[in-house]
Amino acid sequence: MNSFPILSLLTFLPIVGVVFILLIIRGDEQVVAKNARAVALWTSGFNFLLSLFLWFKFDTTTAAFQFVERIDWMPEIGLSYAMGVDGISVLFVLLTTLLTPICILSSWTAIQNRVKEYMISFLILETFMVGMFVALDLVVFYIFFEAVLIPMFIIIGVWGGGRRIYAAFKLFLYTLLGSVLMLLAILAIYFEAGTMDIVQLLKYPFPPAMQVWLWLAFFASFAVKIPMWPVHTWLPDAHVEAPTAGSVILAGVLLKFGGYGFLRFSLPMFPDATLMFTPLIYTLSIMAVIYTSLVALAQEDMKKLIAYSSIAHMGFVTIGTFTLTTQGIEGAIYQMLSHGIVASALFLIVGVVYDRMHSREIATYGGLVHRMPGYSLIFMVFMLASVGLPGTGGFVGEFLVLLGAYQVNSWVAALAATGVILGAAYMLYMYRRIIFGQLTKENLMKITDLNSREWAIFAPLIILTLWMGLYPSSFLDFIHVSVVNLIDQVQAAQAASGGLDLATVGQ
Amino acid sequence: MAVMPNLLPALPELFLTLVILSLLMFGAFQNTDSDNGQQQTQTVVSWLSVLALGLTLLLMVVFSGTRTVTFSGMFISDSFAVYSKALVLGGSALAIIISQDFIVRERMSRFEYPVLILLATLGMMLMLSANNLMSLYLGLEMQSLSLYIIAAFKRDDQRSAEAGLKYFVLGAVASGLLLYGSSLVYGFTGTTDFTVLAEIFANSGAEGPSTGLIFGIVFILAGLAFKVSAVPFHMWTPDVYEGAPTPVTAFFAVAPKIAALGLFMRVMVGPFSSMIEQWQQIVILVAVLSMIVGAFAAINQRNIKRMMAYSSIGHAGYALIGLAAGTSDGIRGVLIYLSIYLFMTIGTFACILVMRRGDRMVEGIDDLAGLSKTHPLIALCLSVFMFSMAGIPPLAGFFGKLYVFLAAIEAELYGLAVIGVLTSVVGAYYYLRIIRIMYFEEATDPLDNNISSLLTSVITVMAAIIVLFFVLPQPIVNNAAIAAAALFPG
Repeated sequence: MNSFPILSLLTFLPIVGVVFILLIIRGDEQVVAKNARAVALWTSGFNFLLSLFLWFKFDTTTAAFQFVERIDWMPEIGLSYAMGVDGISVLFVLLTTLLTPICILSSWTAIQNRVKEYMISFLILETFMVGMFVALDLVVFYIFFEAVLIPMFIIIGVWGGGRRIYAAFKLFLYTLLGSVLMLLAILAIYFEAGTMDIVQLLKYPFPPAMQVWLWLAFFASFAVKIPMWPVHTWLPDAHVEAPTAGSVILAGVLLKFGGYGFLRFSLPMFPDATLMFTPLIYTLSIMAVIYTSLVALAQEDMKKLIAYSSIAHMGFVTIGTFTLTTQGIEGAIYQMLSHGIVASALFLIVGVVYDRMHSREIATYGGLVHRMPGYSLIFMVFMLASVGLPGTGGFVGEFLVLLGAYQVNSWVAALAATGVILGAAYMLYMYRRIIFGQLTKENLMKITDLNSREWAIFAPLIILTLWMGLYPSSFLDFIHVSVVNLIDQVQAAQAASGGLDLATVGQ
Repeated sequence: MAVMPNLLPALPELFLTLVILSLLMFGAFQNTDSDNGQQQTQTVVSWLSVLALGLTLLLMVVFSGTRTVTFSGMFISDSFAVYSKALVLGGSALAIIISQDFIVRERMSRFEYPVLILLATLGMMLMLSANNLMSLYLGLEMQSLSLYIIAAFKRDDQRSAEAGLKYFVLGAVASGLLLYGSSLVYGFTGTTDFTVLAEIFANSGAEGPSTGLIFGIVFILAGLAFKVSAVPFHMWTPDVYEGAPTPVTAFFAVAPKIAALGLFMRVMVGPFSSMIEQWQQIVILVAVLSMIVGAFAAINQRNIKRMMAYSSIGHAGYALIGLAAGTSDGIRGVLIYLSIYLFMTIGTFACILVMRRGDRMVEGIDDLAGLSKTHPLIALCLSVFMFSMAGIPPLAGFFGKLYVFLAAIEAELYGLAVIGVLTSVVGAYYYLRIIRIMYFEEATDPLDNNISSLLTSVITVMAAIIVLFFVLPQPIVNNAAIAAAALFPG
């Protein structure tokens, strides 16, 4: 196929930037900060341009992994360094490479202390995130999956808000607790199947009784990461305390790890257990959608409100994933992608006023439309995209998920749909309180509208949101073949084993 | 007529013995009346010791061949011995190197210090080559007696003296247990030779080994567990680690621990291999307890050396998981774990040695506050060690755990593995605490800035090894696999 190691390049190019920052940049603090920003922006920007190669060269007619690379790494325990993308992962790679330069740009003036370390953390984070999506070896996947915690811990802990230490620890320990169980499951898989190669494992028929345990172990990890109710409590804390760019990456990419994991591993590898646990997933997801939407309604902190809305949106993702219908799964992926853009944009929007006023309280603001018309416009676009207005990316995802859910279980669809209504309620309520009304507060009188750097950050996100809403085929084409293949595979496996006999599980 | 035994397998040990004797003479005949003279002698002897350890390692690797038994079956040389001795030699050499700055500043610069470390190392090498309960005991005692003295080496310091005495008393009890167990085994089998013991146990028939024999094994196990500071025989560890001078603690945490675990493995999968059903449950229990105590007791420590003591108890627990598996893969896991543990621990203690304020050692965890601003490189390296000890990929510590847990899953010890990963999450909490203090808090009273370049380079090299382990794991992994296979002949 393609001998050019594009995926390794995409993964490790940011590390080159890190080395560059560490070795080359010298001088006093101001100079170092300036150059570190520039290097980080150039590296991640170039990486994004490089990732466009995937966009143009990706073959949308096959479900097979593409751009595959494979080198023996620790052969005695079956580890190889293997990378490749298919329709499920390719757009996530692009999402990551797009959001990283945006994050760096958004921190341009907001971060003033330890700029060098900040930029290094973000570049390392990009390496781990891209690596996670393209890994084709289970242990390599796990390494990237968990390594993300290191830069994220540092980003929240060093540059976060008042309760940053608590939030950083909670994030780290919650997700670590989930992941270590997955590690054991990965080792058990190795002894069962004799390989760590994801391509082969996707076809391996695991015994149903074993599937249950493996599924649960993977679930422990992905449910925390995505996050599902009731293990979601780390997310609002992490979001509130993280610096703006940290929230963006958290909402934009890290939350997708869980959804990606379900699609990549839980469904195809443990089809019988998936079938068995679907009611559990539905229940938890609906709880998440309704409960967290209600919680969001009561929030006084903008970031916290968006964090809770993220959990609700991720509830849609899990519902869609486990419907095992084409629409449901495509909707889930689409929802993740559009949420990656919209939620990131919303956090950036909060960041804009936070940079000016240093407050995230909704009550601090009011009547901003009089001083910041451009800001209000952009806020409105993303607010409506988050609500799921037709014409924005958010609509397509939610609609497809509900369509898929309705085919399987109309109650699930009906209950999930209430989340859409509640979503409109809390988002519009927040928007009204911040933007509309009279500009009465003394300290808001001098607030300035978006500057050109901020416009540059939001422009691509707006274009993408509208593009995703108006012409979804250009994205769905990437996804479609892989999703159909995934469903065929799962259904064939379920048919072959005749469903999971519950009696065998207890033994 | 007495036949000359084959000396070749023991050549490295013989070489080291000669070096020790000559260094002792050399030191004794130097002018040590003045502080300056003492210091010079110490420096020369120290570097000669490091050189000698390196040469011993070289000799060992060059002359390592197939499995050979000599001295009437008392002494064995195989790849397992070579691998674990290499770790011990490396650990001792690094311990001497990182001591240099400290012992000069703390006025304990005496040439006996490196010589005693060499003596202890020799004892460890004999332990690792023991093929008989007698030679096992001799090696162990030679090591222990030297260690007791080193623990109390700072004679005018009350805590150091206390550490030495405590170590001696409790160590003597453990040696007694071991000796008692050995005598029971001898009484019930009539031999102390490992090879013969293995045959006797393998042919013990349907009724299995007698109760007295099992008692003997339990006593031996208890004695060994004491030496690796596994729970419930760990009580001495925090006090000794805290009281002993810091470079001595670094040495204690590395070389004797590796040697004792090596011995543990040799005894358990050697002579007692066919009694795995009897000892496996004990080892599992000891491993579980060590991991739990290591994780939970460390949380509230304020002294970093004490915290490291509990951390080392926890690490012993993880290493014992591999032993509990009782397979070649398990032993490989332990050896890989110990190799990585060596680098992490030496690196961490080198960082602790940096902690000085107003030219005095400080040991509080809170003293690290704001280290990332005042000493960015040291802070970065120490966080690498901490993340690695917590087992976060892609750092080396993760791979150590990976191999150990792999063996546990293979041996179907699922419960043990689950407890292992859960305690590693608890452990992560206190490792993260160090990082938090260094990175998230501001320095109130910064540490001294005159760090010896020797320490800095050791720290940097160790951190580089930990970070880059994944690039080239083969040297450690493959050799560990060969070494582990040597314990399972046929």
